Parts: sequence; structure tokens; C-alpha cells
Amino acid sequence: MVNLSQALQSASLTDPGRVRDHNEDCVESRPEIGLYVLADGMGGYNAGEVASGMATSLIADGLADSWSAQEVDRLSRSEAMALSERIVREQIVRANTAIYSTSQNNPECAGMGTTLVVCHFYDNFVSVAHIGDSRLYRLRGETMDQVTRDHSLLQEQLDSGLITPEEAKLSQNKNLVTKALGIDPTVEPELHVYETEPEDLFLLCSDGLNDMVDDEEIRLTLLTLRSNPSLTVQQLVQAANDNGGRDNVSTILVRVAEPFAVARGWLARFKALFR
Amino acid sequence: MAKLILSVDGQVLKEHTLSKERTLIGRKPHNDIQIDNLAVSGEHAAIITILNDSFIEDLGSTNGTMVNGKPIKKHFLQANDVIEIGKHKLKYFNDAPSQTSAADFEKTMIIRSPAKPAPAQGAGPAPAPGSTSAAERVPNDTLNNLKAMAPEVVKPAAAPSAPTAQPDHAPLPDAAIQVLSGAAAGRTLDLTKNLTTIGKPGLQVAVITKRPNGYFITHVEGANFPTLNGTSMGAQARSLSDHDMIEIAGVKMEFFFKR
Repeated sequence: MVNLSQALQSASLTDPGRVRDHNEDCVESRPEIGLYVLADGMGGYNAGEVASGMATSLIADGLADSWSAQEVDRLSRSEAMALSERIVREQIVRANTAIYSTSQNNPECAGMGTTLVVCHFYDNFVSVAHIGDSRLYRLRGETMDQVTRDHSLLQEQLDSGLITPEEAKLSQNKNLVTKALGIDPTVEPELHVYETEPEDLFLLCSDGLNDMVDDEEIRLTLLTLRSNPSLTVQQLVQAANDNGGRDNVSTILVRVAEPFAVARGWLARFKALFR
Repeated sequence: MAKLILSVDGQVLKEHTLSKERTLIGRKPHNDIQIDNLAVSGEHAAIITILNDSFIEDLGSTNGTMVNGKPIKKHFLQANDVIEIGKHKLKYFNDAPSQTSAADFEKTMIIRSPAKPAPAQGAGPAPAPGSTSAAERVPNDTLNNLKAMAPEVVKPAAAPSAPTAQPDHAPLPDAAIQVLSGAAAGRTLDLTKNLTTIGKPGLQVAVITKRPNGYFITHVEGANFPTLNGTSMGAQARSLSDHDMIEIAGVKMEFFFKR
């Protein structure tokens, strides 16, 4: 199995912010297999962190196991893509069932749930799954794009043209998500696969970042500090806290330091042994 | 809940709470807010309320609708906006949670998408009657969906105000860097941005961050740390004081406050 921790530099940071006394966000990174998971829990007194903790650890462990069990290096690129997508979906569905049944069987956990972003990198592509309003941004060159589209009432209002992006910043309805993990017995994550390029930066974040720091400032921070992921995540969390820090803030930053194409064919594999 | 106070020539006529999704304003009796005046069209304007947000829309009235002195077709109402219809004024009040209490009361909630049929075992909560698919839900069916909201599903979320609120600090004085040695000696660099990088990319780079409580310098890249007043800075952020000396990538520079 290819180890991706050389090609992908990453850093993560989660912080309770300046108002909340506990942190309901959870992050998990498995750089060797190119897997990054971020969750923002909700519900109950402390059940939010139960939901986000279950989501990140179940998905990370489950995906690591089922991905390693396959001989992925022998697959063609398109087969590997399909497999990554399938396993990410399976693990999210599995985590949903686990969280939902826990909340049904434990009164103190009733109604808990979590938002989610998952990135799984392999062979110069990334499978991205998300539920709710946790986001993935990508910086390529000098342009930053929001890769995920929030599952929120506000996003639906934007899509229907009822409200403009400028007006959205003033909305009182920022806190309503239309999808979450662990709330219902079934869940349908949104899943897409994207090509990666060297020097791309991928930023996973909870809404505590993008509600407190505007997109342009996030972009400038990524651009200015792109060579140092751990300083970038510190800087972003610090900016959210300097602006008030009203929610938990979590970020995972992944920098594609070099291409990570998989060597295929017997000659390429033979050469790879001596690299 | 948001409300409107109707007045004419400074005399308050009535108060109306925006409890409906669509509130009609006009001259005819079927309007929710009736203004019996010939300058007002039969159906003059409508206010659409979705949870805590309200929008006003002019319904093609003869004499138009103004908000804060400007004619509008559609407008996203903000607290204390004044709507003018002829000589009548409607002031918009929205007692949404204030910024300090917001953190305690404004919780993220789930609005379920009840379109999906409940699974066979029927373990899930029943979808709300009258709810429709997500695609056609907004804006007309929002209120139906509210009934389907799980009230206990809450997540602490950032307060709804824009991220402009700054903590209480005295305004930060302007500062700059003056280069003292090397090819650019004598040049000054104003620290106007939140982040300013100095040094040579690939060799040694540091960033100066402008924060509400002061200016800080942090090492970004390079095998060796820059020096601050002759000693190595280390990996941690260091606070900058007036006339601190920085040496980075072989160049000496001085930090100073402008006054």
C-alpha cells in the first residue's frame, strides 16, 4: 500500500472558542492512507461531542480497515475511484446507524447528531463527502473555491434566489441545517470525486471558522502561509477567536506537496521497490 | 418575534406581530395590516417571514414603497428599518437575541427533510403531515417544515450576527518595518494587512500578524529561525514592541509604531 504521508502535508487544530466551555467538534487524520474527517456535533448537554467523536473514529477506523483489506494497488484508476467512493459511503452509513441507535437507546443522548466532512485522497484524486454545514475549501493558484455546498436553510434560500449573498451575511437563520448524521435511521451523504494538483490546499472546517472569518481573509491566510500548514491552522483558529470566537472552531489543512499517482504495471511496480 | 409599528405623523396607530409567513399590507379590508387611505393600493406590499428573517416586497403598487427613504421592489428587513407607504410609516422591530445572550440561546437546529419515506421498521419519527420535498420547500413550505423540526436537536452555534464584532480593545496604533541593511536599506513597509510576510521565500520567511491586542511575529519557513533583538525567535509567535530589531534572511529591520 502506498504511504501518502510524504505527498500530503497536513495539520489540524480544534478549539472550543471563546464563549463555549466545551468542544463538540472532533477531527481525525490518517495521513498514511490520505484520510481526513471533521465533525461538528449537536444535541443534548454533552451528547454533541459523543456524536462527533463516534462519527470521526468510526469512519476513520472503518475506512482504514476496509480500504487496507482490498488490494487497491492492483486496481485501475477508475476502479480505485469507484471503490473509494463506495467505501466512504458505506462507512458514513454505518456510522449513522451506530449514532442513531445509541441515541435511541440512551436517553441522555437522545436527539444527538453531527455534521460531517470526509476527504479521502488516493492516486491524484480526492473523494469528498459531506453532510450539513461543515465545509471544504480548495485553494488552487490564487483562487479559493468552496467545494461543498452547505445543507442549510440559508443555502436553500440562496439557491432559490430569495436572498443575495450580501444579505445572507445578515441573516438570523444561519444556524439551521437541513441534514445531519445520526438524526434519522437513514442518511444520504453528498459525495463527489475531484482531481488534485500539486500545491493544492484543501481546508476542512466547522462553521465556527467560516461564520467568524470571511472567505477573503481565509483565502489570504492560506495564500500567505501556504508553505506551513500547522501555522496556517493556528492562524485561522486565532482569527476566529479574535473576531469573537462564538462557536467551537476546527480546521484540517491538507497540502498536496507532490503528485501521488500510483505506479501501475509490473515494470513501474518493480522500479517503485527501489525508489 | 418581529413586529411592525404603524404610525402616521408621529402618532402610533397599531402594532402588528409578524406571526404569519405572508403578511399583506393594503387598503382593502382583507389585508392583515389595513391602511385605509387613498394613497395606498388595494394590495400594496407583502412581508414574507421565514423564521427570524423578514422580507418586504412591493406588489406593484401605484405609489410605491420606500424603506429608509429609498424606493424598493424587494428588501431584506433589518431591525429599525422604516417602511413608508404614502404618509404612513411602519417601523420594523426584531427582538432577536442580542449578541451577548445569543451564544446561550441561538442553537443550531435540524430541519428534517421529511420527504424520504420512513424505513420499514418504523423506528424513525413520523414525518410531519403536510410537508413536501426539499426542492419545493423554500420558501412556501418553510412553516410546515418547522413543525417537523426536532426541538431537542440543538448544537451550539456561532451567534447570528455578522463576524464584524470586535472585542473591546483600544484601536491598534499603525506600525511599520524599516529595512536597515541590504539592498533595500532605508525602505519602510507599512503593516496595514492582517498578515504581512517578510524574508526570502524558500530560505527564511516570517509573518507579522496584526491582531486586536498587538503585532506578533512568527516563523513560517526555513531551517533556521529569524532573530528578535539578537536572540533566536523559536517556533512560537512573539509579541512585537516599539523599536524591536528583527534579522531575517541576512537582513536587519526595525519594527516601530507610527505616531
